[in-house]
Amino acid sequence: MTVNDRSVSGDIDPRTLLVHFIRENLNLTGTHIGCETSYCGACTVMFDGRTVKSCTVLAVAADGATITTIEGLAKNGQLHAVQEGFWERHGLQCGFCTPGMIMAAVGLLEENNNPSEDEIRHGIEGNLCRCTGYHNIVKAIEYAGAKLRGEEPPPAEWEVSA
Amino acid sequence: MFPRKFDYVAPSSLDETVDALKGAGFAKVMSGGMSLLPLMKLRLVSPELVVDIGRIPGLDQISEEGDMLTIGALVRHYQTAGSEKVPAALAAAAAYTGDVQVRNRGTTVGAVVHGDLAADQPAAVLALGGVIVVQGPNGVREIPATDFFVDTLTTAIEPDEVATAIKVPKGGSSAYDKLGRRGGHTDYAVAGAAAWVKKDNGNITECRVALTGVAGRPTLAEGTAEAMVGTDGSAGAIAEAASKAADGVSVLEDLYGSEEYKAHLATVYAKRALTLALNE
Ligand SMILES: Cc1cc2nc3c(=O)[nH]c(=O)nc-3n(C[C@H](O)[C@H](O)[C@H](O)COP(=O)(O)OP(=O)(O)OC[C@H]3O[C@@H](n4cnc5c(N)ncnc54)[C@H](O)[C@@H]3O)c2cc1C
Ligand code: FES
Ligand code: FES
Repeated sequence: MTVNDRSVSGDIDPRTLLVHFIRENLNLTGTHIGCETSYCGACTVMFDGRTVKSCTVLAVAADGATITTIEGLAKNGQLHAVQEGFWERHGLQCGFCTPGMIMAAVGLLEENNNPSEDEIRHGIEGNLCRCTGYHNIVKAIEYAGAKLRGEEPPPAEWEVSA
Repeated sequence: MFPRKFDYVAPSSLDETVDALKGAGFAKVMSGGMSLLPLMKLRLVSPELVVDIGRIPGLDQISEEGDMLTIGALVRHYQTAGSEKVPAALAAAAAYTGDVQVRNRGTTVGAVVHGDLAADQPAAVLALGGVIVVQGPNGVREIPATDFFVDTLTTAIEPDEVATAIKVPKGGSSAYDKLGRRGGHTDYAVAGAAAWVKKDNGNITECRVALTGVAGRPTLAEGTAEAMVGTDGSAGAIAEAASKAADGVSVLEDLYGSEEYKAHLATVYAKRALTLALNE
């Protein structure tokens, strides 16, 4: 398979989950394991251009696939617009859900770079965050959407109310 | 959380799939893995052989032939949800299945073959009068959805068969609505209903309503369908017919509601689905 533009291979037990292959064989530990029961989305990666929960995909089933993990988003030292959005709008607290949340947001914005708040909330329904209450995550994705459309992101709430 | 050890094959055609299943011990076909892998990780199911059909070419198509629509075994929920060709009940049921990541990977055919009692798409296929196409050592057979859902998580497919597609007729109008376990349309159904109606000269000539989350398997609300036929489909006729939704259905209580509550939701969602279908 190709992971973050790098061709990788391994001889593995068929029961190896994609998330374990990514973390343990490839040492890409940005992809997190939260619930391991397909609910929390912390393990979200791109599989042939669409988001999947890598704790619920066999690594052998990704033979020949193109995978992008959180480590593959920044290009030439430049953060991806979604990463920048999470930074600028404080879209995280403890950061545990963040890699998966960012991948889910990238998937959402690739399909629709101008989502409504409702569409954003639905777009991240497969990802749980136990810290933020989602508010700043939504703001971060709105920021990234604007960036991707080449527009000026809306001002941060704390700038408006100051 | 690892599944127990298993052997794995990834055939490149349906014929090879049937060969792989032949004479194998406890084998399971895997399409999207969105139900199979969670069960294997919890070790509730531990097959000796996983036959991964996920990379067989040509199965990811939705095609039309005459008045039938064929949904191939690798059509994912998001494709079913987003296709204008797919009848409204099935498209909505696919759109309300799981979350984005689950819809990116899970397949409509897999969801139907799995046949969870609270799943969305089985009810839609049942209401639409669909058929499940399966291939096995004795060739291809088509199983009507009305005969397919046998019991809780038990469907009429044999262990040595692979489902290759689902066919649904295109005529009439249809809708699906549900109460998700996490509210709105999210997660498996506490209860839900799919409705399909055909009208001629202002009168309903044919109707089917299927319930999910109410009985031990996706179930037809026959009392409601019978009561609809011959009416003009007015709000009054719908309310009257929907009140019969749980008649003759063996309603099952579960963690999400008592028997009485489920029977009540059956009437509520039968009414909503019929109303949506008649306004499609
Ligand atoms: C987090 C989460 C949320 C979910 N929420 C919902 C929900 O709201 N509503 C809902 O209805 N479902 C929900 N599901 C279940 C899921 O969407 C479907 O049941 C699942 O996608 C089934 O399709 P699959 O292709 O993934 O099948 P798999 O998991 O690969 O297979 C499921 C079963 O069907 C058999 N099978 C699959 N394909 C074939 C075939 N072609 N021939 C023969 N046998 C086959 C397998 O052997 C297995 O027994 C959820 C799942 C998850 C992980
Ligand atoms: S770790 Fe995969 S969904 Fe929670
Ligand atoms: S920031 Fe802590 S779980 Fe989301």
